[in-house]
Amino acid sequence: MTETLIRVSGITKNFGVVRALAGVSLWVKEGEIYGLVGPDGAGKTTLIRLICGALRLQAGRISLCGFDVADETERAREQIGYLAQRSAVYEDLTVLENLKFFAEVRGLPKEEWAERCRWLLEFVGLAEFTGRRAGQLSGGMKQKLALAVALIHRPRVLLLDEPTTGVDPLTRLDFWRLIIRLVRGEKLTVLLSTPYMDEAARCTRVGFLHKGHLICEGTPRELRSRLAGRILELIGEPASLLIDLSRADRQVEDVQRFGNSLHLRVQEGQAEMVIRRLNEAIRKAGGRVHRLQLVEPLLEDVFIVLSEG
Amino acid sequence: MINRLISLIRKEFIQIVRDPRALAITFLMPVMMLILLGYAATNDVRNIALAVLDQDQSPASRALIAAYRAADYFQLAYVVSSEEEMRQLIDNNSARAGLIIPPDYSEQVNSGRSAQVAFVLDGSDPTVANTALSAAILIGQSQSTRIVTQRLERLGMSRAALSPIDVRTQVWYNPGMVSAYYMIPALIGQILQFLTTLLTATSIVRERERGTIEQLIVTPLRPWELVLGKLAPYVIISFIDMLEVLIAGTILFRVPINGSLILLLTMSALFLVTTLGIGLLISTVANTQQEAMLTTMLTLLPSIFLSGFFFPLAAMPVWLRAISYLIPLRYFLIIARGIILKGVGIASLWSEIVALIIFAVLVMSAAASRFRKSLD
Repeated sequence: MTETLIRVSGITKNFGVVRALAGVSLWVKEGEIYGLVGPDGAGKTTLIRLICGALRLQAGRISLCGFDVADETERAREQIGYLAQRSAVYEDLTVLENLKFFAEVRGLPKEEWAERCRWLLEFVGLAEFTGRRAGQLSGGMKQKLALAVALIHRPRVLLLDEPTTGVDPLTRLDFWRLIIRLVRGEKLTVLLSTPYMDEAARCTRVGFLHKGHLICEGTPRELRSRLAGRILELIGEPASLLIDLSRADRQVEDVQRFGNSLHLRVQEGQAEMVIRRLNEAIRKAGGRVHRLQLVEPLLEDVFIVLSEG
Repeated sequence: MINRLISLIRKEFIQIVRDPRALAITFLMPVMMLILLGYAATNDVRNIALAVLDQDQSPASRALIAAYRAADYFQLAYVVSSEEEMRQLIDNNSARAGLIIPPDYSEQVNSGRSAQVAFVLDGSDPTVANTALSAAILIGQSQSTRIVTQRLERLGMSRAALSPIDVRTQVWYNPGMVSAYYMIPALIGQILQFLTTLLTATSIVRERERGTIEQLIVTPLRPWELVLGKLAPYVIISFIDMLEVLIAGTILFRVPINGSLILLLTMSALFLVTTLGIGLLISTVANTQQEAMLTTMLTLLPSIFLSGFFFPLAAMPVWLRAISYLIPLRYFLIIARGIILKGVGIASLWSEIVALIIFAVLVMSAAASRFRKSLD
């Protein structure tokens, strides 16, 4: 049986009169990659900061590997590696000095961290840059150093707050490769927040935060299946005509543009009707339809429905 | 635990050393302030430029001028031939005072009547004018006493009978009344306060500004370890600065340290607890280094003006003097001046020491209760 490593129950957090989180509960099991998604201001960063104990809890409980974050804060913190949104490394220290400092502050003996540092630097690809000041690293490299810092004490749980925001796509891919290797190799459990749906799709489970509430949760497949039979893909021309006619249809709830195609969300059970009606309307208006058919919903489609509340 | 603390302190020192410009300022500033305050901020008025209009040109008038020249308050800068010329010199700031001896001066003096001598003063700078005024009167009086004495001696009276009261003044502790002696103990207090408050506040706020505080928070470092590790390097730097001022003061201005150096250092350490606490308090309020700097300035100004640093507390209005009791620097200055200038010990300073202890405890506990290892 796999253990539940992160257990968040009924937590609430207010900043003054602003309610950031309202009774959020979630569980993350060993070996899972749990993705938190939601619009800006939904409470993702607050939730992660509460889990690592950087913010104080007002109601509810959080336990990490069985340690209560409020009562056994330091024991709980030993279990986690945390990577904040801004890569928090000392820019005036070198790569190695940063790792060494956090290793010592974590109480690791030298025999242990020296070996661990070498392995981590190799792992994140910074082995050649040990003597370079962190301030002179590129954004992606800085983020990798921050990841190495977060992993120095072999945590069981890794908390990542939008780790790839502002990083180029290649480095993003690289970063994910590292995380997946960690989950497999080091049996790490990961909780991360992300604004990118392609990243959410890589998670074992996804939780959707909206205005401080966790409004839905599930595997990416489960989430997508909520919209099964309701998403149509439309490709044709001219684009403006297609959009206008789609929006005019009373059974089309939403129209979104994805590259050169449109995604239409239709009411439950109305897909066949809408296809027939739109085909005809577009032809009558002098437009052309290359493709109009039911497709597998994307997480983006789900995200949009959920964001509308 | 101790290892965690050591690595935090070591990290802080690496960061300090990697910012050589800030480091240089930290060590140069105290000496610069010492030199500026020691030489420039002095109330000792010497060598006031004096213009003399001697209309008598007699041995008696020359004796009077010689009396003015003998005291180093005045420097005989101009000998003029008309009042108009004297006015011009004073108008364009070449001379600050003028002595006018009338044509009948020697005649009046020799015939036993009172001779009138005019002394003109530029009153635009009250400090200079005050000194010049009292010096001019004193010199004139002593010259006239001398003349009377000579006259009576010639008539056969004894010297002792001539001056029934002989006031012998004795200035204790700072016999030369050198301002620098007064300034240097004050400067030590001011440096301890300014540097420690500023350095601790900004060093903690910097972690917050750059986001590294989040990474520190999730480590098992305890709040007091974090505070101690952040403060310790700046305690050391402040102490070095203090010693620097003491040594430079003894070498450049020959300030004597009359009391116990150990007591002085102990009291400085006690005062440091308070200023570190103020820095820590500021760090809990300020979000950026700039805010921290401005807040430090805000605490510094009342400290300088209400502690008796430049302006004597005795000269302040009662309500302002009441406020001065809330300024920790006030007590430290009394202690530092007491030890350095008077050479006194705990017995004479205990009430100030108790006040400092109370401040240290109050400020530190306020800071400790506000400082939390969280982002809230």
